[in-house]
Amino acid sequence: MKDRKSHLDRIAQHLRKIPRSGIRDFFDIVSTRKDIISLGIGEPDFVTPWHIREAVKLSLDQGDTSYTSNLGLIELRHEIAKYVRHSFKTDYKPETEILITVGVSEALDLAIRAITEPGDELIYHEPCYVSYAPEILFAHGMPVPVMTSSKNDFRLTREMIEPKITKRTKAILLNFPTNPTGSILMRKDVEGIAKLAIERDLLVISDEIYSELTYSGGDRTSIASIPGMKERTIFLNGFSKSWAMTGFRIGFSCAPQELTEAMMKIHQYTMLCASIMAQKAAIEALVHGDDDVIQMKNEYERRRNFIHTSLNEMGLPCTLPRGAFYAFPYIGNYGLPSKEFALRLLEEKKVACVPGSAFGVSGEGFIRCSYATELEEIKEAMSRMASFVKGLGKKAGK
Amino acid sequence: MDKQLLKLLKQNALESPKNLAKMLNINEAEVKAKIKSLEKKGIIRGYQAILNEDKLESDRVRAVIEVKITPEKVGGFDRIATKIGKFSEVESLFLMSGSFDLLVFITGSNLREIASFVSVKLASIEGVLSTSTHFMLKTYKNSNVLMETEKGDERPKISP
Repeated sequence: MKDRKSHLDRIAQHLRKIPRSGIRDFFDIVSTRKDIISLGIGEPDFVTPWHIREAVKLSLDQGDTSYTSNLGLIELRHEIAKYVRHSFKTDYKPETEILITVGVSEALDLAIRAITEPGDELIYHEPCYVSYAPEILFAHGMPVPVMTSSKNDFRLTREMIEPKITKRTKAILLNFPTNPTGSILMRKDVEGIAKLAIERDLLVISDEIYSELTYSGGDRTSIASIPGMKERTIFLNGFSKSWAMTGFRIGFSCAPQELTEAMMKIHQYTMLCASIMAQKAAIEALVHGDDDVIQMKNEYERRRNFIHTSLNEMGLPCTLPRGAFYAFPYIGNYGLPSKEFALRLLEEKKVACVPGSAFGVSGEGFIRCSYATELEEIKEAMSRMASFVKGLGKKAGK
Repeated sequence: MDKQLLKLLKQNALESPKNLAKMLNINEAEVKAKIKSLEKKGIIRGYQAILNEDKLESDRVRAVIEVKITPEKVGGFDRIATKIGKFSEVESLFLMSGSFDLLVFITGSNLREIASFVSVKLASIEGVLSTSTHFMLKTYKNSNVLMETEKGDERPKISP
């Protein structure tokens, strides 16, 4: 009889190599603590607007409990086409170019799997959302990070991408506004990257989940709207952040028909369709939810101003986040790596932030502070952090 | 900017000028000056605490009275409304469209006090045609504030 293999030896090789998310590690530590203030939460603190919740209840009462078309309800796809035309100046055909997914996370996975062959290189910018590199690895691709820096507000330019392009480069992944830095791209940056993609015949996957949360003075030009780009862009978006609908798990992709068809193939065989309840909720959000977005955005913007000023005042230099709901201050002046800084802040002051290193090596020296938390909590957190930093300064002999 | 400042003050009138300044991205002196000017212009009429009166061990009674009046040639409803508004029992007073003219919110220490307000003070005003009094039983929401706290934040403490 053969020796029984350990389960660890049975797990797929390429999966074994991928580390657990740094966020998950930190979550495990934080969840054992009581009475902490968390600035570590990457989802809105608002509950889904009431009229959207009501719409879902009504649809349940009417017995909407079935599968939908694999692409999603055609009514929702029509509403998305209208929304994308209006907000992102790009036209997509609801019948063939729009796919409803289980959160934008699924859309991202589908996009990557649909285009990646073993060894293909996908370029993305760092610090970034934790899923990009692992999802590329799941698809047997090669993640190629471009490091962005606080020196130019974590923006990305064609000059930074160009040296990373090889014969194997398949696509460039963009996520602006960015989790965790809150950075956005200026129109000229977007145009530069678009030009590069066209010149080098590359695809672009643009995850614009935070686009509705772009604050005053910010630019939200979608790369899909640049002439010549719709043909080579997979545009991803969703309802989680704009309408506070994280728990509904509902997102979508807009892409040329062939690419949508390829993504649909995976979606059809793995997910079948997004839940009809979530799709009904999304219709309500698009048809009657413009005001909700504005209200929440205004509230986030006031908190952003508050947290940005407070962090800089206490001696944690922080670029002005122009989108999303994260501040990403530099903590390197106090001689602690970000993980240790975050741990001690948790131990000593009961404030939870996510170490920047969870978002890639270039996030080292920073921490992510989410302001998707009530203002009163943010105020208390800022005052505790100020006293923490003051203590560190003294010990560092400042 | 004034609109934003007023919104923040309506949410929390106790917010310090320092914090207001941070949220609005202006300096503290500007905030103070703006508040002064809004008070001077009569846009800000006062600052009050929002109470859940049901939790107070008190038997105070609150009522809403619909009042029909005859508008006067000069001044329409204003003169009578101003007169009614001067009574200390009256908390709020509005001119309404529809089947009556004035909506009066009043409080009294007990039922008798309210009855006497209606029959003696209100009904005797010249021009008052009729009144209809409704007593309030319970407050669910007042000035944008729900009286029961909703369940706490149940989101995972750390998420991507």
